[in-house]
Amino acid sequence: MTRREVEVEINGGIVRRTVEPRLLLSDFIRHEARLTGTHVGCEHGVCGACTVQLDGEPVRSCLLFAVQANGRRIRTVEALAGPGGELHPLQQAFHETHALQCGFCTPGFLMTLEPFVRDADPATLDEATIREALAGNLCRCTGYQNIVKAVQLAAERIHA
Amino acid sequence: MARNGVIGSSVPRKEDESLLRGTALFVDDVARSGTLHACIVRSPFAHAKVASIETAAAEGAPGVEAVLTARDLPPGLRPIPMRMFTSGPLNDYLQHPLARDVVRYSGEPVAVVVAESRYAAEDAADLVEVEYEPLPVVLRPDDAVAPGAPLVHERPGSNRAGGFTIEWGDVDRVFAEAALVVEERIECGRHAAVPLETRGLVAEVDRLTGVLTVFGAAKIPHVNRRILASLLELPEERVRLVELHVGGGFGARGEFYPEDFLVPFCALRLERPVAWTEDRSEHLRACNHSREQVHDAALALDADGRFLALRDRFLNNTGGYVRTHGLVVPGMTAALLPGPYRWPAYRCEVNQVVTNKTPAGTYRAPGRYEANFVRERLIDIAAHRLGVDPVELRLRNLIDRSEMPYATGTHTDGHPVVYDSGDYSRLVGLTLERFDRTRWLAWKEEAVAPRRRGIGIALFVEKSGIGRWDYARVEITSDGGARVFSGGASVGQGLETVLAQICAEGLGVEYERISVVHGDTAVVPDGMGAFGSRATTLGGSAVFRSAARLRERVLELASEHLEIAASDLIVRGDRVVARGAESRSVTLAELHELSRPARVLDRGGEPFLSEHDYFLSEDMTFPYGVHCAAVEVDTETGEVELSGYTVGYDIGRAINPVLVDGQIVGGVAQGVGGALYEELTYDEEGQLVAGSFMDYLLPTAGEAPPVDVLVTEDAPTPRNPLGAKGAGEGGAAAAGAAIANAVADALGAEPTRLPLTPERIVELARGAAG
Repeated sequence: MTRREVEVEINGGIVRRTVEPRLLLSDFIRHEARLTGTHVGCEHGVCGACTVQLDGEPVRSCLLFAVQANGRRIRTVEALAGPGGELHPLQQAFHETHALQCGFCTPGFLMTLEPFVRDADPATLDEATIREALAGNLCRCTGYQNIVKAVQLAAERIHA
Repeated sequence: MARNGVIGSSVPRKEDESLLRGTALFVDDVARSGTLHACIVRSPFAHAKVASIETAAAEGAPGVEAVLTARDLPPGLRPIPMRMFTSGPLNDYLQHPLARDVVRYSGEPVAVVVAESRYAAEDAADLVEVEYEPLPVVLRPDDAVAPGAPLVHERPGSNRAGGFTIEWGDVDRVFAEAALVVEERIECGRHAAVPLETRGLVAEVDRLTGVLTVFGAAKIPHVNRRILASLLELPEERVRLVELHVGGGFGARGEFYPEDFLVPFCALRLERPVAWTEDRSEHLRACNHSREQVHDAALALDADGRFLALRDRFLNNTGGYVRTHGLVVPGMTAALLPGPYRWPAYRCEVNQVVTNKTPAGTYRAPGRYEANFVRERLIDIAAHRLGVDPVELRLRNLIDRSEMPYATGTHTDGHPVVYDSGDYSRLVGLTLERFDRTRWLAWKEEAVAPRRRGIGIALFVEKSGIGRWDYARVEITSDGGARVFSGGASVGQGLETVLAQICAEGLGVEYERISVVHGDTAVVPDGMGAFGSRATTLGGSAVFRSAARLRERVLELASEHLEIAASDLIVRGDRVVARGAESRSVTLAELHELSRPARVLDRGGEPFLSEHDYFLSEDMTFPYGVHCAAVEVDTETGEVELSGYTVGYDIGRAINPVLVDGQIVGGVAQGVGGALYEELTYDEEGQLVAGSFMDYLLPTAGEAPPVDVLVTEDAPTPRNPLGAKGAGEGGAAAAGAAIANAVADALGAEPTRLPLTPERIVELARGAAG
């Protein structure tokens, strides 16, 4: 198989590799860039555990090939904390509301929700809206209730 | 016992930080240089003779190191043994790591390809040519025990692999003379645990020591080390299992599967690290299924609605093989089918049946999710026939707290089931008050066609603390904290947090200064892991006892150093202080220094501050609960909306209430899945239809209901020093029962089969209307 050169900006650094065109972006991030915070739960685009941000938009990295990310910018869960290492308000809220148990799905939730919380208007942010925002990510442990709470708490703090 | 406020406090979890940052190590994150990747070749047929396997093309494919079939495994290799609730006849139905002459379910491993990358291994797996001669398929357990059914295992000559009957009283006479008999065929659909992280393993041999290390253990590392060592014919000391972060277990993950032999075997054979990560569609065909049971059950009552007898004959569909659980699942059904009620007569006939589906095992509240559905459904049908309020009918028949401890008459794996403590009617009252039943009764009346509303209740008794014993060691560390070594295991439930809390309570050292080590068989000598809601009750009790012993030793050493009587000293934070004179103190770090061999051996003392203990429980503990559901059903689309959901659960003592709450809410979501959405459907040839997340529907945030949780501590168990009963399974245990009862109330029909898919709802609604 003809290999191709791929150059991706991940979390502010450049990762350049020669890869098979069929290499999934999720595998590129995990095994080539060695950023294993991005998890693979189904590899068919349903569970959302592999969600990363591509040019600022949440995407499922298992549904993209690494070559499709060539020349683009990716942000993963490892880059969510602040420059001094302080947890992002969403991470902090997950911790305080017990919004994670096994934590395997958590990076996908965080990367999906971070732009949602950033753009949310706390005045109109009701439970139904939050649940809709979560509905593309599967969690098998929490029953989602505390994730809803975490989003509410994070939105209040970010927009305070 | 001493209480310093750590137990019962919702301290934040120790596990969270690395999980939130994405730095936590899961098994697929393990990187070893020179690692090879395994891919399992699986049978596409549900039942077939394996006529031949041609591996040459695969062996010649790029990057391939080896292709193994059953012929390449040791000739004397035994099948994977049962680890609990074993039964002699079941030994004829065990699974070999690779199929030999016959495959018995679609997805059964027939070969392993090991290559330089997962991509190369998967490419080569397609080149393994297996010639199959299809055999007749049997899928339903009732078909499997019918005369003339195709035999799944030819040699034992029956599809009934095993079973037993529990019976007391003159059941037949009671039924013949009863004022009311309710008799139904009740079926629970096949679904599964489906943790978000699929299974995975990395095995490598240490060239220096010869020790085989397997990363990716879960649930029961020490038990599985014993099984693996025995299958490989190695001494246990040559095998090390390591548990990393585990992405959910729920009963299925961590049992000993074919891959748990194959991957380490390949690492030994090839003298290279070998990794295997299951993909999702593979997981759905390979990892244990659960819950599929067909019951012919009946309830006998007198004219006043008093329960006279419960009779059940049921078939548990265990799939193509009997796996590690033996008779656990159907055994638990029979043991806990009585629930919180008195039964003057009882007969339960257990049948473990093999079919051509994926093998089955435990899943959160194994056997009880099914039993509660059967019993609570029968009770509601009886209430409807008698024209009695279903709650009132239940209250008339509850075991009273004055009868505790209460011998139910059933037994599980040889142990009589004796409820330890409980005030069932009190919890029913408290939960209904919390649920606000009166309000929901009024809400029901406001339904607008084609939507109808109903409420349902289900009661249950759970069990916790199976596997009777566990181990812990606690030591003072050089930085003046404490470290716990536990025989328990973490499957994401917050084990480290809870054990640190218990250690803090027993030892007096601050929670923040305590760390917990578990799951590495090289570091923890033995343990029983995490299953059956046991990690807190048994693992925690072992920690508590070890911590209390260590506190005595700490105070003793401090006493010598400070020249103050030990009884006048207390452990506080990072030091030992004198009561009433806190300026006189010694830090734990100093005590650690004072405990070094050179300082104590001369005096005949014992070096280092470390104490271990085992905890052996006389019996299991029995938490109990109530589920209340309010549903709105669309009779045209078949959609069921959960408008209200309340769980009352008495667990004796909650170590960390927020974590308990999380266990219950998460359990409800899984129970809802089994009640409404999740079903591992097969076509008539035995192919799994629900083989991906497009077809196998886990509840999302849109389906999982908001759950109101009431945790009570009215009935601490006398069977452990914490008073705690396990909290892991009550959220799931009665969800199917409560939701089905609510749907029955809404439709005026009697559902007897889970899951209540839209098609079945529409059918029920039409039947009720007609």
